[in-house]
Amino acid sequence: MAGLLMSRGIAPRRRFRRSLGERLAERAIALAAASAIGAILLIFVFVVREALPLLWDGGADLALVAPQHYPGYDHPAYVWQPVGYPPKYGVVPLLAGSLKITALAMAISAPLSLLAAIYVAEILRPRTRALIKPVIELLAGVPSVILGFFALTFIADATQDILGCTYRLNALVAALALSLAVLPVIFTVSEDAIHGVPLALREASLAVGARRHQTIARVVLPAALPGIVASLVLGFGRAIGETMIVLMASGNAAVLDASPTSSARTLTATIAAELGESPRGGEHWRVLFLLGMILLVVTWALDTLCRVVVRRLARRLNPSEGEGP
Amino acid sequence: MNVGDRALRFVSGLALLVVLVAIFAILGIVVVYGAGALSWQMLVDAPSSDLAGGGVMPAIYGTAACTMLMTLAGVPVGVATAVYLAEYAPQRSWFATAVRAAVRSLAGVPSIVFGLFGLGFFALFVGGRIDGMFYSDATSPVFGRPAILWSSLTLAVLTLPVVIVTTEEAIRRVPREHREASYALGATKLTTIARVVLPHARAGILTGVVLAVSRGAGEVAPILFTGVANYLPRVPTDVRDGFMHLGYHVYVLATQAPDVDRARPMLFGTVLVLLVLTLVLDAAALVLRARAQRGTRV
Amino acid sequence: MLELASGTPCRGRAYAAFRGHGDVGCRATRRVVNRALFLWVLLSLLACSGRYGREPGAGARITVRGSDTLVVLMQRWAEAYTANRPDVVVEVSGGGTGTGIAALMNGTTDLAMASRPIAPEERARIEDSGARLVEVPVALDAVAVYVHDTNPISSMTLDELRDVFQGKIRRWSELGGASRPIVLYSRESSSGTYAYFKERVLEKGDFAPEAQSLPGTAAVVQAVARDPMGIGYGGIARARGVKVLPLELDDGSRVPPSREAAMARRYPLTRPLFLYFVTPTNPGTEAFVHWIVGPEAQGLAEEAGFFAWRGSL
Repeated sequence: MAGLLMSRGIAPRRRFRRSLGERLAERAIALAAASAIGAILLIFVFVVREALPLLWDGGADLALVAPQHYPGYDHPAYVWQPVGYPPKYGVVPLLAGSLKITALAMAISAPLSLLAAIYVAEILRPRTRALIKPVIELLAGVPSVILGFFALTFIADATQDILGCTYRLNALVAALALSLAVLPVIFTVSEDAIHGVPLALREASLAVGARRHQTIARVVLPAALPGIVASLVLGFGRAIGETMIVLMASGNAAVLDASPTSSARTLTATIAAELGESPRGGEHWRVLFLLGMILLVVTWALDTLCRVVVRRLARRLNPSEGEGP
Repeated sequence: MNVGDRALRFVSGLALLVVLVAIFAILGIVVVYGAGALSWQMLVDAPSSDLAGGGVMPAIYGTAACTMLMTLAGVPVGVATAVYLAEYAPQRSWFATAVRAAVRSLAGVPSIVFGLFGLGFFALFVGGRIDGMFYSDATSPVFGRPAILWSSLTLAVLTLPVVIVTTEEAIRRVPREHREASYALGATKLTTIARVVLPHARAGILTGVVLAVSRGAGEVAPILFTGVANYLPRVPTDVRDGFMHLGYHVYVLATQAPDVDRARPMLFGTVLVLLVLTLVLDAAALVLRARAQRGTRV
Repeated sequence: MLELASGTPCRGRAYAAFRGHGDVGCRATRRVVNRALFLWVLLSLLACSGRYGREPGAGARITVRGSDTLVVLMQRWAEAYTANRPDVVVEVSGGGTGTGIAALMNGTTDLAMASRPIAPEERARIEDSGARLVEVPVALDAVAVYVHDTNPISSMTLDELRDVFQGKIRRWSELGGASRPIVLYSRESSSGTYAYFKERVLEKGDFAPEAQSLPGTAAVVQAVARDPMGIGYGGIARARGVKVLPLELDDGSRVPPSREAAMARRYPLTRPLFLYFVTPTNPGTEAFVHWIVGPEAQGLAEEAGFFAWRGSL
């Protein structure tokens, strides 16, 4: 390469032609950009590679999603007991657990953070807003293991004292802590969306005699809807993928039960708790990677759905521009 | 003001209050309990007597070393990607669209899946290959086992979107006049980027790095299988060593300490250290971001 | 990046003139940022420099993984062992017996701690590759049944215990206690204690799905200590702040998990704890194992609440 560079130095330089070094550097930059694609592909390949052999190596016998009549049970059931005789890999209780905790966390955090976002964006003075926003964003920086610890030590006691739950660690405790993790995500994105609604829209509404709350409900929120939907989907994705909080606070019992005060076992906590134990390439190992694959597919589907919905909403609200506010 | 307005003001104000109270309750409780437990000895000693005594120095060191390795691996790639997206990518090129989509997807991947990936790809596949090539006569795997190197590479991939997005934003905020002035002086594109654009966007880039470090220091799920250890009295001195980590130490102390009550002061102290570490980093990022935005308003 | 990190100002005159104008307010920031970057790179380099020249497997680093029951004791052993051997690093991780044995199979650990004997198929998997597996019993443990301090129950039979954990007995009143539901605290399936309990008490049946799986014995103890309706199980060494239930044998006698009962094998849930390693291993590991079965380490085991390993089972 040194020789090449030398020869270039002797040759008459053509104007506007970049030097070899520069072109190499630019290639390197483009290559680095490709690494993001590489990373996501590798993640997919390496998760799927470990999970897929289940499909042809007798994965059908594992009864992942169908109820199965196991010896010792009265009736067909969904059971997750990967260390058992025989091992039972019913994924349904785990899916239900993930959904239960995520739904609870969303039910708690979505109204709270949306209302707080409305207050901060519409009612607070700009100076106070500039103070309050970073405080809530600070919550996003609290590591989830600290929230898990907080749930395990304080929220669990508080909920048991107040509600008298049978189980000290339950889905509600995990969901409360999880909503703290999700809150800043929903808040930040939806507050930005609400704040970004053009002032002219509000003024027009107020000018025709609408009240403040009518303006917010009928004009501002619909205009900010794409951003709000995006924030909710983002929050949902964060909640379903969260690991440490649910691992520490949910009780981790794989029950099929809709009650918020019974415990639940999520996909993420199952992987975290069991992957270390499973021998590489074994059935259990593959099922756990399959759980990871489910998580991956679910989050991708959410992301895609979010983009489609947001684009549609934006187009409907603002057909002339084709892009949202 | 009519009833509807009042109701809206009251309900949304209440929601904000609840949120703020929750935040200050967490911070307050952690600080109050933690400050009582924190001592100088805790910061400089290794854990002893069933994790209840001594300190968390190896965990602090492990966290720091891991995030530093992470930045070494992740930041150059992230910045280069951002440079590509902001400066080189043609409008509507499929490649740039694909990179953006990849970054988006990467940001949405659950952290535990990164753990699966780190174990499957880095520790077992890459490490195994290295062992196969260079250490085929070793009795036990040298690289093909969980280690701080694999943990930090996993975290580097995890924090890549943070670096890319913040850096791209910062680069795009560099005024066009600066670039044009540089071109007018005869500088090539690459020179302009290296000498004008990047230095100008430095505070913005650093914001991204600090945010990535903060995120990386707090994540536990991705390192569970890729190198973290319960107990390691001495600090890792080799990238192939395991390491202790503040976040994982919190998890261990909270759920697996031999004597939970005796280890409680240790637990609160560790939580405080971790919280202060991440919050200081986040606050630094906020300040840097504010400066970066102010500084470019020409 | 290098340009950024070096902190040298731009050299060309034109650039200097150009950059001097435009971002005057940023100069202080830039200096700080420069220094921070420089320090960061320096520290990073320090962090990754290290003993690269070390021979692989020279015995300087021993990794131990596995049983949470043993992890406490192993930490004490590691602390004592490395105290006067500065060249040895012992790295201890928990995660459960399954984790340790899996790590041994995957070659990611030197020593596996186990609170159950290795299963024949696990042994076969390891020995198929031509290696030889060595089993070393290192201590004796009694699996205790914990209930809350205020629980009036004074003992249980093994059958009752089985029905409770299988969810067939759901209320304390069925055992002569208060009329409240029973809350089950179990362990993650990676735990050797879980496997032992499943095999020995549940006779290979499944735990009730309502049983909470906690990530460590300490979490079980903590949960039971705070739950008047709770019942859990785990190593006797960890029992603090909870009531340990004696077991009622078939002959009607009640046996607490005491040292005497365990040594005489009268307590039915007595089990040996093992270390496993694969030969050939590095000499450091073997020396460490030799030290563990010696008197000093066994004394530490007694201190930690286990029972020293003496002779046969």
